[in-house]
Amino acid sequence: MLDQTRKPLVRVRDLKMHFPIHAGLLRRRVGEVKAVDGISFDVMEGETLGLVGESGCGKSTCGRAVLRLYDITSGEISIDGREIGALSQGKLRPIRPTMQMVFQDPQASLNPRMTVEAIIREPLDEHTKLSAAEKRDKVAELMDAVGLNRNFAKRYPHAFSGGQRQRIGIARALALNPKFIVCDEPIAALDVSIQAQVVNLLEDLQEQFGLTYLFISHDLSMVRHIATRVAVMYLGKIVELAPREALYRDPLHPYTKALLSAVPEPDPALARSTERVILKGDVPSPSNPPKACNFCTRCPAVMDICKQIDPEYQEVQPGRFVACHLHTDPTTTAG
Amino acid sequence: MSDLTQPVIATPAPAKIRSQWWDVWAQFRTHKGAVFGLGFLIFITLFVTIGPWLWTVEPGKLDIRNKDVRPIYQVLFDSNAKVSWNHPMGTDNLGRDIMANIMQGGRISLAVGWTAMILAVFIGTLIGVLAGYFRKADGLLMRFTDLVLALPLLPLLLVMMLLFRDPLRASFGPENGIFILIVVGIGITSWMQTARIVRGDVMALKEREFVLAARSIGTPSRRIITRHLLPNVLSPIMVSATLGLATAIITESALSFLGLGFPSDFPTWGKILFDSVDRMTAFPERVIWPGLAISLTVLAVNYIGDGLRDALDPKIRGL
Repeated sequence: MLDQTRKPLVRVRDLKMHFPIHAGLLRRRVGEVKAVDGISFDVMEGETLGLVGESGCGKSTCGRAVLRLYDITSGEISIDGREIGALSQGKLRPIRPTMQMVFQDPQASLNPRMTVEAIIREPLDEHTKLSAAEKRDKVAELMDAVGLNRNFAKRYPHAFSGGQRQRIGIARALALNPKFIVCDEPIAALDVSIQAQVVNLLEDLQEQFGLTYLFISHDLSMVRHIATRVAVMYLGKIVELAPREALYRDPLHPYTKALLSAVPEPDPALARSTERVILKGDVPSPSNPPKACNFCTRCPAVMDICKQIDPEYQEVQPGRFVACHLHTDPTTTAG
Repeated sequence: MSDLTQPVIATPAPAKIRSQWWDVWAQFRTHKGAVFGLGFLIFITLFVTIGPWLWTVEPGKLDIRNKDVRPIYQVLFDSNAKVSWNHPMGTDNLGRDIMANIMQGGRISLAVGWTAMILAVFIGTLIGVLAGYFRKADGLLMRFTDLVLALPLLPLLLVMMLLFRDPLRASFGPENGIFILIVVGIGITSWMQTARIVRGDVMALKEREFVLAARSIGTPSRRIITRHLLPNVLSPIMVSATLGLATAIITESALSFLGLGFPSDFPTWGKILFDSVDRMTAFPERVIWPGLAISLTVLAVNYIGDGLRDALDPKIRGL
């Protein structure tokens, strides 16, 4: 269970990331894609917060916005006690070593014209004043740490397999001894046999270096394996955030229930007995979300109030947050 | 995990790490055309630089008695041909030695070609990268590119020549002044294709995740451009550079032909070619030699560019 005395390393409050849509002859702003629309969460030091949701719900945008790879629309982000939500990119530069990212596609996230050594060395070039020999040693250490043969330092990324490339990306993220790493679907592009290796590597490194992860994924079983707490996103908002065991045992939000019921069950007897919740319809467009609850168009337990009032995101049980009228105070929903 | 890698490190003595440029050269050598091209380019460069010291005939010297001498190989077809070992490639209608002229002209043509090409590629790459990378500059820079592209180039060059020829001559001397004018003129009127190609490639590249990764490390824009974008747009730049060299040599010829390039007693390959067009049927060698020099140089540079592009791509290099 969650240790309440631990302090949050990352604190996100009401983060919004809207991308403008320009159209027409004069490229006037006609609307915006609300990729992330007011989310709040904490990531405790040393924990792994899993962020799950279907494609296009804003998971990756959320991860990138937290690292300020975008200029966010509004909200507060503080990492390690420093507020970074409104800093300029230039002022952010000295803080960058604290927070790093592992990308989804190991093919696209490595520059094809750079050797492995140059790729892993880039953060050192940018933020340290080590000599060339010291950098070489550090790169070799990092390659050992992620399980790459250090003789391959002079090779180019195309000569490696997907899993090895992802290790290169992880070594690059580790180079500056960060505290917080956003893993943006680090295993989605990998073979199933390699996924486990990479996830185990991430766990080992977490133990070794005391890392904190924001682990973005759509693979619920993998999140169950690695995460301490899990946040479920739907259409730019967090609908439920709970400790792993509680969430998988007893999901509160109807969307979480539907999501969990879609996880394949290996036991055929059990699979036949459990009832799948199948959602109807499509996800509404993030440029034009429903007026009240985002999920009201597809929710199997929809009520009248869901179409009028956006449910508050609040703590309903210790450590469990949910945004649903089914679980909010009955005095407000009784009406 | 690290236990697994230990024995691998221990067993083979770490292979001597070759320099990256050695690998580039090894790949370059496998491209036959490029090797021939490089050989020819070295040959022609030596021919025009060292040649005039060995072949000491004055290129501008008139020798009316020895005018219209045919090249030496003409005896093979026609035993009565007027040939002389003093003029192995023959002379023109004023008795100037063609070989000396081609050497002297090659110096100018190659110098103009290379300098103008480098200038054009530099401007084109700069504008292309800025327009592609900084969205705010894109509209302005690309409309400016369209503007220059829409200008009729030859009249523009003619106006430039008329306006700036005399002040430049006065300050840099007649030959250097004209050289600067021609190089700058060609350079600033032929960068647009490069700029467009580079802009397109940069726009595609900057959305790739490795650029995002560099931003997440905190790499500033100028180093993202030099470290991540430029090496990846090298191939199109190389292609437009080789084509640019050819265009520059040909544009210089056209300008000389119109009487607005170098002065008339100042040979360039293009000028020799145009001067000889009138009597091409009687003396085909006078167009063949400079024409061959131009086209072989262009071809050689094209092949070198091709080979270099392959050699600089780690994927093709097979590392």
